[in-house]
Amino acid sequence: MRRFALIALPCAWLLALFLVPFLIVLKISLSDIALAIPPYTPTLDLSAGWQGIRAFFSALDFDNFRFLATDDLYWKSYISSLQIAFLATLMTLFVGYPIAYGMANAPDHWRPTLMMLVILPFWTSFLIRVYSWMGILSTEGYLNQLLLWLGVISTPLTILNTPTAVYIGIVYTYLPFMVLPIYSALERMDGSLLEAAEDLGCSRVKAFWLITVPLSKTGIIAGCFLVFIPVIGEFVIPSLLGGSQTLMIGKVLWEEFFNNRDWPVASAVAVVLLLILIVPIVLFQMNEQKSREADQ
Amino acid sequence: MRRLTWFNTTSLTLGFAFLYLPMIILIVYSFNESKLVTVWAGFSTKWYGTLVQNQAFLDAAWVTLKVALASSTIATILGTMAALVLVRAGRFYGRTLFSGMIYAPLVMPEVITGLSLLLLFIGIGLDRGIFTIILAHTTFSMCFVSVVVSSRLVTFDRSLEEAALDLGCSHFDAFRLVTLPIIAPAVISGWLLAFTLSLDDLVIASFTAGPSATTLPIKIWSSIRLGVSPEINALSTIMIGIVAVGVITASLITKRASLRQQADERAAVHA
Repeated sequence: MRRFALIALPCAWLLALFLVPFLIVLKISLSDIALAIPPYTPTLDLSAGWQGIRAFFSALDFDNFRFLATDDLYWKSYISSLQIAFLATLMTLFVGYPIAYGMANAPDHWRPTLMMLVILPFWTSFLIRVYSWMGILSTEGYLNQLLLWLGVISTPLTILNTPTAVYIGIVYTYLPFMVLPIYSALERMDGSLLEAAEDLGCSRVKAFWLITVPLSKTGIIAGCFLVFIPVIGEFVIPSLLGGSQTLMIGKVLWEEFFNNRDWPVASAVAVVLLLILIVPIVLFQMNEQKSREADQ
Repeated sequence: MRRLTWFNTTSLTLGFAFLYLPMIILIVYSFNESKLVTVWAGFSTKWYGTLVQNQAFLDAAWVTLKVALASSTIATILGTMAALVLVRAGRFYGRTLFSGMIYAPLVMPEVITGLSLLLLFIGIGLDRGIFTIILAHTTFSMCFVSVVVSSRLVTFDRSLEEAALDLGCSHFDAFRLVTLPIIAPAVISGWLLAFTLSLDDLVIASFTAGPSATTLPIKIWSSIRLGVSPEINALSTIMIGIVAVGVITASLITKRASLRQQADERAAVHA
């Protein structure tokens, strides 16, 4: 009985507020837009009994998904989200790895402080961290002022409202997610392996590629997925930094819902986005499983 | 083999400069006299003055705080229960579904979580406001809490609890007097995480908040869409300051606690 109560409460909560809402999204993605409240049809009419349920199911169709496939905007947004997420993940890896490596090589008494410095931005508002780049990257922003003053450029660069700004924003906000797993992999590494390699005549660069990188592989993979998966559905960064040039599916969904008020299409966009996300999520789970087994 | 080569020092310096410069610039320019945010016109604290008098921001901050307190507390209770189920309940009918529902919200894009909850609230005719935001925030943050707590529970030595039961403790007392104090650090960090996630959330709150309730991130969002503003810089500075003080205090406390624990262990060995 005690055990039943323990399971039932969180389970009921998640069923009601996670699974059922998702089924509603699925259902509305198969409905048609209508000028009504709520703005879609059909609605389930239980008072009509079995007839009503049958009428309800026969009115559902895949029109919205066909629409997504035929309209350029949607598949271009999916492709561009994946592309941006992929490139941004690589960039975050290139920026994050040296930081994690430096932390792992720092003296022991420095490490808690370095750790705290990496985690601190994570606790500060995401919105504010993205916002802080608007002042830096705008045409009359601090970066352009600096470059003009240095004489590197003679006319201000346009960075804000371009994909470049989106990449900068993603690398900046997701950096801790990349640094922490790589750092924890590097920290566990046995330093005597490198000494052995060098004693046996391996150069330091070669020892890095042959020993350090393979041993930090699970950290690298975990970090990459921790950046890649959330970035695909990202909304705030492309909206604030990307301008109208940057297509990302999270932003398309938002606009479909709030600006066009087309709930069925917004729901269909959500369903397809989830289907796309399943692949990286499963791969990530497999990597986690593997690293757990390696630990034991 | 720990060595801090010039390469390590450079990458750490550049890395932390990249992480912190944007925030430092934001803080410095919040004390700028000029309304033009990118032109320095002398030191002034006037934007803090106008911010404190801005009733809309104060109201939004109050709503945000209420939502965060309520949702993180409920999420901590539910999340800890879920963690106990995940780690200890063994096999039961629907276990796969249960763990799926715990892990899925962690990777679910916010736009989808927000959209689905909004469609639910409209479907059952629930008026949107503070209450619906609390429901939404509790749902996703309880999953984060349960992950944090279950990672601690996995390493928990159950024989301590069994000893308490053998000595006549009821199940609830054994949990309250033995298990809870040991997993408390994880429960507290779960609560803090849930609290921060709630304070921070823009997307889910935008979907689930009605016209009657505006949270601080929604308010910030609607004013920064139009560009950089000195008032928002001032507000950001205050928020960064609170977080910095909080994180530094928390890390000092944990450091002192671990030092004390080490001292206790040494004393126990020598005794």
